[in-house]
Amino acid sequence: MAAPEFEIPKFREFPTVPPIREGAMAHSKPYVASDKIQEALGFQGKLDEDWQVTHDKVIAKFGELLGKYRSLKVFMDSCVHCGSCTDKCHYFIGTNDPKNMPVARQELMRSVYRRYFTLPGKLFPKLVGARDLTKDVLDEWFSYFWQCSECRRCSVFCPYGIDTAEVTMAARHILDTVGYGQKYSNEILGKVNKIGNNLGLPGPALEDTLAGLEEDVKEDTGVAVRYPLDEQGAEVLLVTPSADFFAEPHIESLIGYGKVFHAAGISWTLSSYASEAGNFGLFNGSYEMMRKVALRIRQAALELGVKRIVVGECGHAWRVAYAFWNTLTGLGAGGHDPFSIELQKQLDPKYKQPSHICEFTWDLIQQGRLKFDKEANDHRIITFHDSCNVARASRMGDRPGGQFDIPRAIIKAVANKFVDMDEATIREATFCCGGGGGVLTDELLEMRVKGAFPRMEALKHVVDKHGVNFMATICAICKAQFTKVLPYYGFNMRLVGGVHQLVSTAIRLGGEQ
Amino acid sequence: MAIEVNGKTYETDEEGYLINLSDWNEEVANYLAQQEGITMTEQHWEVINFLRDYYNEFQIAPAVRVLTKAIGKKLGPEKGNSQYLYELFPYGPAKQACKIAGLPKPTGCV
Repeated sequence: MAAPEFEIPKFREFPTVPPIREGAMAHSKPYVASDKIQEALGFQGKLDEDWQVTHDKVIAKFGELLGKYRSLKVFMDSCVHCGSCTDKCHYFIGTNDPKNMPVARQELMRSVYRRYFTLPGKLFPKLVGARDLTKDVLDEWFSYFWQCSECRRCSVFCPYGIDTAEVTMAARHILDTVGYGQKYSNEILGKVNKIGNNLGLPGPALEDTLAGLEEDVKEDTGVAVRYPLDEQGAEVLLVTPSADFFAEPHIESLIGYGKVFHAAGISWTLSSYASEAGNFGLFNGSYEMMRKVALRIRQAALELGVKRIVVGECGHAWRVAYAFWNTLTGLGAGGHDPFSIELQKQLDPKYKQPSHICEFTWDLIQQGRLKFDKEANDHRIITFHDSCNVARASRMGDRPGGQFDIPRAIIKAVANKFVDMDEATIREATFCCGGGGGVLTDELLEMRVKGAFPRMEALKHVVDKHGVNFMATICAICKAQFTKVLPYYGFNMRLVGGVHQLVSTAIRLGGEQ
Repeated sequence: MAIEVNGKTYETDEEGYLINLSDWNEEVANYLAQQEGITMTEQHWEVINFLRDYYNEFQIAPAVRVLTKAIGKKLGPEKGNSQYLYELFPYGPAKQACKIAGLPKPTGCV
């Protein structure tokens, strides 16, 4: 695990379209999931020995997905190769590999689509750039569809609105089905199903960690702030990424959530059964997997009898919660099974269900229920990194753009010094941290470091110009990824932190001296 | 995959983490540390031993904060921070120290 050797991109005076280096990242691929990991999820353990069998299974699954997801078929058909997306991908900008141009990455799949599912491709494959599915092609899928973080920046610039992430998800789903899964994501899904969170943190360890936090906060502030677990009848169930219990700087935001609940006098609880907001089922494009993970949260909410469900700082969790929980679990309107109906009766209709922790905190700030000593954050000059799944796949509050404005409004309410990065790199045009979508694993470090390059360039600019020393974000992956890659670009790893870490620093708890 | 220490073979995963936690012993730890470019000192052992004790109790490595607090209590507050741990285990205390301690790699968004 000693850090691998590779070239780190150099900061440029003017960000231009990078020169092309064919095959620059052809060597990049994640570890393949073992048969044990695969089978625990109900997938085939490994690839069939006979290539023809794999070939047929891939085409069959591809056909099934095309029939099931109209969107996939539209995305396969509608690209006109206009080139709008080519220089929008952080992995292309950072690696120079032309196959990381979103259009070219999708073409790896589209060329197979044309060969097997369109008439011209069946009759005259060469004329339409259709190609046979071979083992080399499948290996290429495994390499390059794990060089996409499903961040959807390219989709923002696509005149046809092609959702590249959905293409990546479909490819990964097919790979999973034929026994060619990715170790990192699938191992994590196995842990959530078995233990309740991505880390594999069992209940007693969680209890011990939370008890420790209560001690620490008491020591720091003199106030007994609680971090409750499995408390029946609490008003709010908070689901947050398990990294918030484990890692730095994540845990600082968890401390912040607790302080907000305390200061507002709202009872809350975490759940040991649903101790994970993250849902890697999204990354792998498996509806069934995604549903299974989401259902744990519904069950916890029903058992604990809560009135509200709030989601902590996690990018893709909020996408799943905001966009899919209603049909996956009946949380939000839309579910018609008995559990969904029961849940709808139980949840308080006065509040948006589910709510993001930033919406929750911002509401309280607007009602004047939270007070801050802003100067407590005066040692920080802060910028905000929009996390891709929050920015481009969800919303907050009741106005368009709330997902951009609310986190910034919170920061400005708790701190005096805030400055945004270049407008071409924030809000809906935000650059991915380079570690999202299931690639936050050590064997992909080269790609992660290079993929972070555009964000690092924009950060460098505000660091040099305004002395920024804190980049706030609301995603566990962003936090872990930046902690790892910042030093490669000459920054301190502690430059990244959470929005509720800033809240935590400035909030008045009542009862202080 | 496998490693060989003092003539004995131990099974590891792709990243060099021991497959069977019961295979661990001090020689194996020294070997794994060497692979990571780390020379084990008394300070390193303090951390490794704490990780193993915690794992035996909870079946998971401790949160970074739990670890720093425990180290701070034992070795003084100036060492009870993640910076000190990064000095000992430059690739990151959670992953690198777990590997040397013979524990599974922490997974998730960490």
